[in-house]
Amino acid sequence: MAGLDEGTPLFAQVAERLAAEIADGGLGEGERVPSTNELAAFYRINPATAAKGINLLADEGLLEKRRGIGMFVADGARQQMLAQRREHFVDRYVRPLLTEATRLGMDGGELIAAIRECGHEQFSDSPGGVAV
Amino acid sequence: MTPAISVAGLTRRYRDQVALDDVSVEIEAGSITGLLGRNGAGKTTLLRILAGQEFQSSGTVNVLGAPPAENEHVLRRMVFVREDQAYPDFKVRHALRAASWFYPNWDAGLADGLIADFDLWPNKAIKKLSRGMRSALGITIGLAARAEVTLFDEPYAGLDAVARQIFYDRLLADYAERPRTILLSTHLIDEAAALFESVVVIDRGRVVLEAAADGLRGIATTVSGPVLAVDEFTAGRPVWNRRRLGSQASVVTVGQLDEAARARARSLGLDLVPLTLQQLVVHAADWPASPEAANFPPPAMEAASA
Repeated sequence: MAGLDEGTPLFAQVAERLAAEIADGGLGEGERVPSTNELAAFYRINPATAAKGINLLADEGLLEKRRGIGMFVADGARQQMLAQRREHFVDRYVRPLLTEATRLGMDGGELIAAIRECGHEQFSDSPGGVAV
Repeated sequence: MTPAISVAGLTRRYRDQVALDDVSVEIEAGSITGLLGRNGAGKTTLLRILAGQEFQSSGTVNVLGAPPAENEHVLRRMVFVREDQAYPDFKVRHALRAASWFYPNWDAGLADGLIADFDLWPNKAIKKLSRGMRSALGITIGLAARAEVTLFDEPYAGLDAVARQIFYDRLLADYAERPRTILLSTHLIDEAAALFESVVVIDRGRVVLEAAADGLRGIATTVSGPVLAVDEFTAGRPVWNRRRLGSQASVVTVGQLDEAARARARSLGLDLVPLTLQQLVVHAADWPASPEAANFPPPAMEAASA
């Protein structure tokens, strides 16, 4: 088990990692996805578990099977992934942020100032970054 | 799918002791299953009966469709590697050659690769091997036999962490190439957990849990933080183990926590740590005794194992 966490089913984590690679462009559309056995050997997990992870992405239409060759990243998969991530952005990142800020007694002005400052540091060199 | 191993109402009694008490279990063909439980729970007795090396007091046992006891046809298709396997006064290569005659699917190339991986010298006398090296020999025979049913009973006494990782990696690689039914009993549960497709947990001679291994991840969680917050969060949830120190409490709750529950825990300032498979097995002793956990396994898990 290479760097996987304890509380989530492994098949979901395998799917998550592949999905992240698709979103980041590490696995391009039309590229072959590692086989069940390659994933099992890499993550040191049961091949049936790895297969379940791959099938989850295939069911979502992110991967497509080419008979006798393997699984490939489907056309439009990257866009689909990015759209999905945007949808979850608020729940996954913004809400926990607000919860912690409330716990610390920060008000809205402070929070926005903190985000601005962070944004300037991180994106000052990249014109394509978040404009805040 | 047809089960490779099917056991019903199996009981094994010694004079005044019940080693296995009405055990019924099915192991799916072509899966890797973990046989887990504390020392003395009955794992070895079960494996010995499956391997035809011991007889049940009552109940039925079928391996590859037939009772294994004194059944040459079944026994040749099965390999049993036990903890502290005894060998005749042989050299390593003699033991491998004997195994190659006995097991019809023997893969000599695989055996050679394994003894090289384990630094096992073919010309060394087995009685001069260290405990770990004897375990490595057992593992080599167990894998290279490529038997349809492979039983490993705590196969790695004396093997260090590096050698155990070699075992896990070779097991997965060869299983991928040639899927077969593998039943592995181990007390090093957490390091082997990800290999299993399903697990069978035995406690005091009884099967207390039979489930898909992946579905057990996150099935129980330790919730810790201020007593009031812990109480609020765990109200109405099945709970196993409650500990308290001053104003802090730590409680094990049973059941998957959804995203909403996690968010709520965060806002209450609680720490959530999922139980590992090993910790679940440690708690196995609590399952039947604890009335609150009567609904374990939760319905979602049964569905996952179906």
